[in-house]
Amino acid sequence: MTRTSRGARQRLLALSSRHHIEARWGALGRLPGHRCLRGPETGMAMLKGRIGATGNAFHLGEMTLTRASMALDDGTVGHGWVRGRDHRHAELIALADAVAQHAAWQEALETQVLAPLADELAARQRRDAATAATTRVDFFTLVRGE
Amino acid sequence: MYVAVKGGEQAIARAHRWLADRRRGDRERPELEVAQIGDQLRLAVDRVMSEASLYDPELAALAFKQASGDLTEAVFLLRAYRTTLPRLAVSEPLDTASMRIERRISATYKDIPGGQILGPTYDYTHRLLDFLQLAGAEVPPAETRDDVTDAEPCPQILELLNDEGLVEQAIDDGSEPMDITRDPPDYPMDRAARLQMLARGDEGYLLALGYSTQRGYGRNHPFAGEIRLGQVEVEIHVEEWDETICVGEIALSECQMINQFGGSREAAPQFTRGYGLAFGHNERKAMAMALVDRALRAEELGEPISGPAQQAEFVLAHADSVDASGFVSHLKLPHYVDFQSELDLLRRLRREHVARQAELDSARDTASPQPEER
Repeated sequence: MTRTSRGARQRLLALSSRHHIEARWGALGRLPGHRCLRGPETGMAMLKGRIGATGNAFHLGEMTLTRASMALDDGTVGHGWVRGRDHRHAELIALADAVAQHAAWQEALETQVLAPLADELAARQRRDAATAATTRVDFFTLVRGE
Repeated sequence: MYVAVKGGEQAIARAHRWLADRRRGDRERPELEVAQIGDQLRLAVDRVMSEASLYDPELAALAFKQASGDLTEAVFLLRAYRTTLPRLAVSEPLDTASMRIERRISATYKDIPGGQILGPTYDYTHRLLDFLQLAGAEVPPAETRDDVTDAEPCPQILELLNDEGLVEQAIDDGSEPMDITRDPPDYPMDRAARLQMLARGDEGYLLALGYSTQRGYGRNHPFAGEIRLGQVEVEIHVEEWDETICVGEIALSECQMINQFGGSREAAPQFTRGYGLAFGHNERKAMAMALVDRALRAEELGEPISGPAQQAEFVLAHADSVDASGFVSHLKLPHYVDFQSELDLLRRLRREHVARQAELDSARDTASPQPEER
């Protein structure tokens, strides 16, 4: 079993829709007792761009951001962040972070939740790239005379 | 004496009720859903997010609906909502080079790594009204390809020119940008602060100013070096883990304009640049922003300032539609007392004018009782 790093898991769950996560979540079975430690709370992140894409940073504008921290009954704490205002989405990410710290849950989390979500995300991104690729211009040269 | 006057509460309440009724429209038809707006009027949603300076497609769609499609009003609503939220984080600079490309074109190079990808564009449409949409015709889904396994990398085109030193480079000196939402603008402003103001600027206004440079008021001879639209991941640094993490992705439009040469006795001539970046699919805005960004660099590049688009304080102080519509709209508020005092002043001036004329007339009468005849 490959073990997804904390950062990679956070990324995967943030890029997956809450609907997709919930569809997989049930496979984990009964989770340990847990409660909200902080949040979920919605605020903003100021986004930076770079002048000319590679130069000095500048402030582009803000986006909504939600964060949550969950504690399992044994005191294990997990954190989650996600773009937007979906409290449940942030909670699920935080809960996954807490659960991932327990050997008993790791395998189920990896195989039942993260692996299928990673496949879905890859498929979606591949589909997007394939659609964009159909609009790629093929130049041809018109030969005159001869 | 100052007398406070109140009134109109009922009239206001009824006016708002009528407005809501108008917005709902014919009850025989289903009500427009916010999700439909987000899905089917996405360019309006993107424009609202961009000018409100808050990326949240659902709320932008709600604002658009609530404003009955008035974009400036929708921008105002979303900008006002923004003030109710705490700031939780500041992102790492967005890496547009790693964008998941939906559209990417260059008007300066035909053959580019990654190719010219048109994406979902209105370009090359014939601008003929499509009456099939009036009839509710079904639309076939976008085509896709089976042979694409992964997106081909699309390097920034201007980086290719960098190799030869033909175009000025954009290098990060690590300086922290000013934030106009925290510190009030103070002129002259550096380029980072200018870009923040342009990014939330009204598209129509920036378009007009960009256009004015093309027509000769501060010409800067632009080429669309690269335009790209797509999804970019957002990363923030979190203290809990002391790590930089991805929290989702957002749609962005970027325009790299290549402009007329600059150079000096010390520096060899090279192309200069203008830059535009906007939330969502906002290509026209990104292009206009890049033109105006370049125009505002006139002083830095030693160019004569001859057009309105080159005057930073004029351009930036009037770019925000919330500021502008707010100040124009305030003219509708009661100015009864203000106007009364103007009326009093005007009447007095006119009385004095009449008196002065009478005095002049009588003086003339005594000085020349009998006008000479020719």
